[in-house]
Amino acid sequence: MTGSWQAFLAMGGYAAYVWPAYAVFLAVLLGDSLVPTLHRRRIVRELRAQLVRQAARQEAARAAPAVEPGAAAAPSRSP
Amino acid sequence: MAINIWKYASPQAFFPLAGKLAPWFLALAGVLGAVGLYIGLLVAPSDFQQGDAYRIIFIHVPSAWMSMFIYFVMGVASVVAVVWRIKLAEVVAMQSAPIGAAFTCITLVSGSLWGKPMWGTWWTWDARLTSELVLLFLYLGVIGLYHAFEDRRQGARAAGFLAIIGVINVPIVHFSVNWWNTLHQGSTINFFGTSKIAADMLWPLLVLTLATKLYYVASLCRRARADLLALEGNKAWVHELVAPEVAP
Repeated sequence: MTGSWQAFLAMGGYAAYVWPAYAVFLAVLLGDSLVPTLHRRRIVRELRAQLVRQAARQEAARAAPAVEPGAAAAPSRSP
Repeated sequence: MAINIWKYASPQAFFPLAGKLAPWFLALAGVLGAVGLYIGLLVAPSDFQQGDAYRIIFIHVPSAWMSMFIYFVMGVASVVAVVWRIKLAEVVAMQSAPIGAAFTCITLVSGSLWGKPMWGTWWTWDARLTSELVLLFLYLGVIGLYHAFEDRRQGARAAGFLAIIGVINVPIVHFSVNWWNTLHQGSTINFFGTSKIAADMLWPLLVLTLATKLYYVASLCRRARADLLALEGNKAWVHELVAPEVAP
C-alpha cells in the first residue's frame, strides 16, 4: 500500500509538474471563493456603521429642541 | 410556468434568489470537483506517450474553457448593460471579470507546467499561448478600467465597452490552433464528431468541466450579492437588511 502511495505521489516521474498544477488550481479557486465573503463582510460593516451614525445624528437633532425650547423656532445645524 | 423571470433583474429580487442558489451550486461544484479529481488522478489510466504528465489536462482544459466562456458571458452582459443600462447586467459583467481572470491564470500556469516536460519549454509565443495571454490582459484591463472611475456605474459602462471590443479575442483563442501552426496541440474534444481521447480519460474531463461551470455560477452569485449591497447602499431594502434596528 505504501508502495502504491509512493507511486501515486511520484506521478510517473512528473510529480514536479502535476502537483504544482493541481495546487495552483485549488489555491486560486479557494482564494476566489473567499473574496466575496470578505468583501460582503466589509461592506455590511461599513454600511451598518454609517446607518447607525446617521440614526444617532437624527435622534440628536430631534432631541435638541426639547432640551432647549427657546431654540426650537430656529433649529441650528450644529457643527 | 407563470413565473416572471424578469422580475429577478431587479437587485432587490435577485439578492435573496442568488443567496438561496449560491450554496447549492457551490456544494455541487465541490462534490463534482472532488469526484472529477479522484477519477482523473486515481482511476484514469496513464497516457502511453505522456505518462502521468497528461493528467494536467483535467484542470487545464476545463479552466481554459471557462476563461473563454466567462469572457463571452461578460461580453453579452456588457452589451445588455451598455444598451439597456440594466444594473444587474453591469454587476454580472463586472463581477465575472475577476473569476475569468482567475481561470485564465490557472490555464496559463497549468499549461506552462505541462509544456515544460512535454515541449521542453515553459513558454513559447505561439498563437494559442499568446492569445490566451492577451485574454488575461483584457480581463485585467476591464477590472482596472472599472475601478478607475469614482462613479461605479460610469466605470461599469466604460469597462463594458472594453469587454465588448475584447470579445473578438475569444474566437481567436479558440481557432488559433486551426488558423496557425502552433506548438500547442489541436482540439482533443469534439462535440460534433469523434473526440481524440479515450472514454475513461474523457469522463473526468467532462465532470470537472461541469464542476467549474457550477463554481462560476456560485462565485458570480456571491460576488454579485456583495456588490449589490455596495451599489444599493442608499436603498431602503439594503438598510432593512444590514441595520434593521435603525432602519426607518
